[in-house]
Amino acid sequence: MAEEVKLFGIRGSPFSHRIEIALKLKGVSYEYIEEDLQNKSPLLLKYNPVHKKIPVLLHNGKPIAESIVILEYIEETWKTNPILPADPYERAIARFWAKFLDDKCMLAAWNACWAKEKEREKAMEEASEGLKTLEGELKDKKFFGGDKVGMVDIVATFIAFWLTAVQEVVGADLLTPEKFPILFKWSEDLVGCPIIKENLPPRDLLTANFRARLESSK
Amino acid sequence: MRARIALNIKSVDYEFQEENWLVSKSELLLKSNPIHKKVPVLIHADNPVCESLIIVQYIDEVWSSGPSILPSDPYDRATSRFWSAYIDDKWFPSMIAFFFAQEEDAKKAAIAQMEEGLVLLEEAFGKCSKGKAFFGGDRIGFLDIAFGCFLGSLRVIEKADGIKLLNETKTPSLLKWADRFSSDTAVKELIPDTDTLAEFGEKLQAKMIANK
Repeated sequence: MAEEVKLFGIRGSPFSHRIEIALKLKGVSYEYIEEDLQNKSPLLLKYNPVHKKIPVLLHNGKPIAESIVILEYIEETWKTNPILPADPYERAIARFWAKFLDDKCMLAAWNACWAKEKEREKAMEEASEGLKTLEGELKDKKFFGGDKVGMVDIVATFIAFWLTAVQEVVGADLLTPEKFPILFKWSEDLVGCPIIKENLPPRDLLTANFRARLESSK
Repeated sequence: MRARIALNIKSVDYEFQEENWLVSKSELLLKSNPIHKKVPVLIHADNPVCESLIIVQYIDEVWSSGPSILPSDPYDRATSRFWSAYIDDKWFPSMIAFFFAQEEDAKKAAIAQMEEGLVLLEEAFGKCSKGKAFFGGDRIGFLDIAFGCFLGSLRVIEKADGIKLLNETKTPSLLKWADRFSSDTAVKELIPDTDTLAEFGEKLQAKMIANK
């Protein structure tokens, strides 16, 4: 039976690219459908009526929304190249870090980059705390997943790729080799992995978007 | 509560350490959850597991011979995880907003949001339960635990404000489910009585407002 896999995403969205990376890592063929946030398609609204957001994965007609829920679904459905460890305790740890990244780090890093003058220092401090925690967790591992890229690394591509692009545009120096040598090295190793590299958006697309945002906020 | 329900379902013996976090947090808690410094934390063979839904999944995976908490089908699992995330990320914050609201307008807005969410959850119940007693089917499952732990607080709000958040008109299935859930053997002794919970809620609210 031919399997039908479709992904509704947005080029440049870290949440969208996470799913593409996971699908490609597992060798899953899929049809990609680009959405326009200003003009959401009827299909997107039908498949994610609760949040009306991307990414949405459609597998044999059944929709799954929320990026981490989708990643867990992909892991359970396609067994090649596992992105979660086999041991329940290690899995719990991986889930903890994925949640920490999404709930705390990402928001803090984003806020720090776009914060107004007055709030900048505090926002930078908070974001740095988050990065320091990640640095501590990485320790002497190549990736959060160990020797191979795992779900936490996939979720953390925001830090490895998007953050470095944003901070360049806004002139923030959050993630630097001096401040966080382990995390910085990890970010270079991650972005250098073939499957990751091929499934990230072009860096100049990101910097162009961020520059436009910076201009319009002035 | 979520972790305790899961442990009860699996008939796992455990030692419960009450944290009196209105006063101070214990050394063990701070050491086991240094990042968030919050409960619950499950310590299994000296290994700490944090975040309630992560703990429930861990319990399900470790004690795999007991009744399953997450469904076996990957799509049903995704549905359970989706709605649990909705509860934690969207619905529960509106409940917190209600507890913190000091003006009538803010309270009304929070209630309206909660009610909207409950209607969505009523619909989700129809799809997940497939005509059976719980979100998880014949037995309590992941989503029952994720949502059911808030029934005590729901009842506090209903009593204090005289509104029926779960009602015959908008959420008839959830209304019946709530009774079944609360009387289940794995849950029964864990839901505090409404007045005790209301009192605790007032102390917590006062402390949090003072800390802002």
